[in-house]
Amino acid sequence: MVKITGIEFRNPTILASGIMGTTGASLVRMANSGAGAVVTKSIGPEPKAGHPNPSMVKLECGFLNAMGLPNPSYADFDNEIKIAKEGADVPVIASIFGGNAEEFVRVAEGLADSKPDAFELNVSCPHAEGYGATIGTDSCMVESITAAVCDVVDVPVWVKLTPNVTDIKSIGKAAENGGAAAVVAINTLRGMAIDINSGYPILGNRFGGLSGSAVKPVAIKCVYDLYEALEIPVIGVGGVSTWEDAVEMIMAGASAVQIGSAVHEGVEVFADIATGIEQFLQNNGYAGVEDITGLAHEVI
Amino acid sequence: MRPINSKITKIIEETPSIRTFRFDTSLDDAQPGQFVMVWVRGVDEVPMGCSFKNGITVQKVGDATSRLFEMKEGDSVGLRGPFGKGFTLPAKDENILIIAGGVGVAPLGPLADEAISVGAKVTTILGARTASELVFEQRFSEAGDVHLTTDDGSAGTCGFVTTVLADMDVSEYDRICVCGPEIMMFNVLKMLEEKGVHDRAEFSLHRYFKCAIGVCGACCMDHEGLRVCKDGPVLNGSLLLDSEFGNYKRSSSSQRVKV
Ligand SMILES: Cc1cc2nc3c(=O)[nH]c(=O)nc-3n(C[C@H](O)[C@H](O)[C@H](O)COP(=O)(O)OP(=O)(O)OC[C@H]3O[C@@H](n4cnc5c(N)ncnc54)[C@H](O)[C@@H]3O)c2cc1C
Ligand SMILES: Cc1cc2nc3c(=O)[nH]c(=O)nc-3n(C[C@H](O)[C@H](O)[C@H](O)COP(=O)(O)O)c2cc1C
Ligand code: FES
Repeated sequence: MVKITGIEFRNPTILASGIMGTTGASLVRMANSGAGAVVTKSIGPEPKAGHPNPSMVKLECGFLNAMGLPNPSYADFDNEIKIAKEGADVPVIASIFGGNAEEFVRVAEGLADSKPDAFELNVSCPHAEGYGATIGTDSCMVESITAAVCDVVDVPVWVKLTPNVTDIKSIGKAAENGGAAAVVAINTLRGMAIDINSGYPILGNRFGGLSGSAVKPVAIKCVYDLYEALEIPVIGVGGVSTWEDAVEMIMAGASAVQIGSAVHEGVEVFADIATGIEQFLQNNGYAGVEDITGLAHEVI
Repeated sequence: MRPINSKITKIIEETPSIRTFRFDTSLDDAQPGQFVMVWVRGVDEVPMGCSFKNGITVQKVGDATSRLFEMKEGDSVGLRGPFGKGFTLPAKDENILIIAGGVGVAPLGPLADEAISVGAKVTTILGARTASELVFEQRFSEAGDVHLTTDDGSAGTCGFVTTVLADMDVSEYDRICVCGPEIMMFNVLKMLEEKGVHDRAEFSLHRYFKCAIGVCGACCMDHEGLRVCKDGPVLNGSLLLDSEFGNYKRSSSSQRVKV
């Protein structure tokens, strides 16, 4: 059992936003596959079809995606959260986005009825014009949006950060000052791939975000820095595909880990990683995840 | 995987609106029912069943397919795949019923070829709107008996594939493999359920694909959260009975739309 921002999770693995999270039924499936909590696809103010395909490719080193925040809008999505809440016996976190504080507030209020256990603010998607990282690289905006959402909801607010900044700590601080209960790090790293036979960028949007094993060292460093700079918990995400990756992320300072791209190998990944962490803790005489959270800061 | 640069080696006009494109790329491990993502550069990337290890059979419906129809032999597209789970492979002496409607013949052609090569017995119900829209008639005849149906009666039985199916003793078949418009497949499923053999039937489904590799969740079906791109596109009838199948699907923004 893990407790973060007042919410209890049966294990420290969480489904990352944008993965199998567009329908209530798929969220339930991920919970049944062993995830300790699930985060929805990021939901915005209007229905959005996203970018043209190809929107995701597996490369030699990781995955590149530019989905373009496709979503049915909060008005259509509250029913999916209700389905998820009814069918899954784990916390359901609503990921939301908007172009400014008013839009974030509108989406959060629109979804409040469906009673998500927390909100995760996406101020970090690297490839949606006017949304995501456009906001998440500006600490003033991050602080004011966080504060605006915290004002209108009565559940914890998590803020998901982009690694595409010079100093992630200052953005994390802004979220904390705005009233965030936790930060989530990291969203994808800006990236691109080109087809050498034709010269065409492969993604429909030309560029997108890198995820998977390739980004793990970047994520570890971001989590390490945020753990040092902030009072609130850090939730680690980026390149976790085995229990060893998860333990590494936790030792860098994460209270829990989110898992995204690794679902590609199989939906059993949550149960496998959760069991692996549990076994590791037992074998080494640790009482729980708290005992190793940030261990890498203490040993030196 | 990155898209494989694939040159069009041959274009066959099957009907006024359906063409087969053969490529210099052969996906030798492709199983009947698996699909490829076809990248029409600068336009879109769309899923297509493999109608041959090195070919697809395409109906012109929108942007990407219209651009494909403008292409000539020697032009190229990007191919990624094969992806997904195909039909259960036929075994020697098995008795297989194939039900194909319109461009739904695409993934079933290779299944018929595979069935003859292992010594299974194939019967096909092949349907189209009108005689000139029938595809792969010759290919299915080489595998066994073919029952033709057309909506306007210009070839074979006048009616739908279900008109022929209604008069058949389906208990003779070890497996029933279906692909076509969803409403057609849904009516077939209901008929097979009444006859108590829906669990012998396999349906190749069509949902909106984004990632096509089982990550994004765009193609998920209610109520089990099955991913059509990775757990399918071929799914057993028993999985579809209490699902959204025949009722609604999701648009590119994941809003529910009626089928
Ligand atoms: C597993 C699978 C196998 C298929 N096999 C064949 C085949 O062998 N032959 C064939 O002619 N067609 C096949 N289709 C349908 C084909 O993918 C669509 O007709 C095609 O994408 C149309 O693209 P467009 O740009 O021309 O049309 P658009 O104008 O973009 O769209 C027309 C319609 O095509 C469908 N479509 C468009 N983009 C996608 C997408 N990314 N994913 C799923 N559907 C989409 C939608 O229903 C849409 O309403 C298959 C679909 C799936 C899911
Ligand atoms: C296909 C895809 C879609 C994503 N969509 C979202 C999204 O809607 N909102 C969001 O905050 N992050 C989104 N992400 C980012 C992931 O949640 C995660 O931060 C990132 O992929 C790194 O983790 P991973 O290496 O475990 O995949 C998406 C990632 C992928 C691969
Ligand atoms: S299209 Fe992404 S999971 Fe099927």
